Amino acid sequence: MKDCLSILGKKMLDGLHYTGELFLLGIRALHGIFTSRLKRRQVIAQMSKIGTDSLFIVSLCSLFVGIVLVFQSAYQMQKLGAEKFIAHLVALSMCRELGPVFTALIIAGRAGASISAELGTMKVTEQIDALETMAANPIKYLISPRFLALATMLPLLTIYANFIGIVGGYMVAVWKLGLTSAMYINSTFDALVLKDIFSGLFKSVVFAMIICIVSCYQGLRTEGGAEGVGKATTLAVVVSFVLIIAADCLFTAFFYFI
Amino acid sequence: MIEIINLCKSFEEHQVLKNLNLTINKGETSVIIGCSGCGKSVLLKSIIGLLKPDSGQVIIDEEDVTRLNEEGLNRLRLKFGMLFQGAALFDSLSVGENVGFILREHTDTDEATIAKRVRESLDLVGLEGIEDLMPSELSGGMKKRAALARAICARPKIILYDEPTTGVDPIRADAINTLIRRLHDKLEVTSVAVTHDMVSAYKIADRICMLYDGKIIESGSVEEIKNSKHPVVQQFISGAAQGPIET
Repeated sequence: MKDCLSILGKKMLDGLHYTGELFLLGIRALHGIFTSRLKRRQVIAQMSKIGTDSLFIVSLCSLFVGIVLVFQSAYQMQKLGAEKFIAHLVALSMCRELGPVFTALIIAGRAGASISAELGTMKVTEQIDALETMAANPIKYLISPRFLALATMLPLLTIYANFIGIVGGYMVAVWKLGLTSAMYINSTFDALVLKDIFSGLFKSVVFAMIICIVSCYQGLRTEGGAEGVGKATTLAVVVSFVLIIAADCLFTAFFYFI
Repeated sequence: MIEIINLCKSFEEHQVLKNLNLTINKGETSVIIGCSGCGKSVLLKSIIGLLKPDSGQVIIDEEDVTRLNEEGLNRLRLKFGMLFQGAALFDSLSVGENVGFILREHTDTDEATIAKRVRESLDLVGLEGIEDLMPSELSGGMKKRAALARAICARPKIILYDEPTTGVDPIRADAINTLIRRLHDKLEVTSVAVTHDMVSAYKIADRICMLYDGKIIESGSVEEIKNSKHPVVQQFISGAAQGPIET
């Protein structure tokens, strides 16, 4: 029993230490954005890597989510004769919940893993040390541009994902379930208020910070060559996923009550 | 110029450096020799402030590296150039961008002047016209020389070499040794190299220091080291498997 408690205590302390280090890294990356001259070329390259290069996968997944959502809701709503509310459900679910969360998970798996692997490789090949010997701060040089790029691109991708999801829903609802086009579009606009869109976008900014900080942190802590890079990348994706879902839970409850 | 006083560094339970003392004079090329894993690279990284020692001092130009804050360290690091064991060129930048990195980051020098300096630095290491190549397109020896060009681009006062000849064939290794010697004479820098390659040590050193069991156990000119009576030094420089050094 005593052993169990001591292990539990150690795990909790490790968890707190990890969270504290993530938080500190986040503060330092933010500080870097506001106090150093970020290279525009570097930020744009990261934006392109994170945003433009992810467009196809985000389109595909969002389209499928919209389609699945309509089929699932139609299955229930047809029994109640409430098909006209399908558009409401798709629009609200996409903008408040599924758009931000799915996009963040895709970007964590794609861009987060890539950031972690890139920084991890730089760490084990002494490129990070080389940066420091040339008096360049790795946080300002490597993390702040990625932080800015993710915090900009993830909300934009989320808006795009919301739109594509709604389009997916429209395709099934209009072409398969027999709803009229005008009815679907009007219902979508009726259902949405600014708060729904902004709560989703707020979440996506928080998710962007989580992805960036976790991925960079794991990358910078990489040790032990190729195996270490693999471990760091896996851990970055797993921790990002868990934190994104946890943060989503927290913010969904928060926005429900305000 | 570089004075190391009672330097101690441990990693978990393992103490790598034990009250190490060493003085490196201005303009001299000191080579630190020792077995793999004896703490040579730790010593080098402690000199430039990449590793913080547990205790002791590293005095460079009357400043204690171990007590400097980030700003002070960065100011001091601009006096250094460092060649890493694996070259450590930035993968995402071209050779030219790698070599000119420090000038672009820390000076307001215009692009034309930077390009000229990059060309000069690459010429000094015998790599003309490869500015636009990416590091992945270079051979091992070329990477080392490009990294050396990066290290000297800002004309540092001190150059640190971490295993300069590891991973290259003997002919390329000799070319790198000649280059180090030539750079030392031409740029009049203080150099500290760590290696376990005795051919390299004999060729580039003004002074050789033997690191063993966390301390400098012998220090002297090439001839003095060759004639040393210390059994550890004798075993190491002769490369004998039998002797006081545990294998």
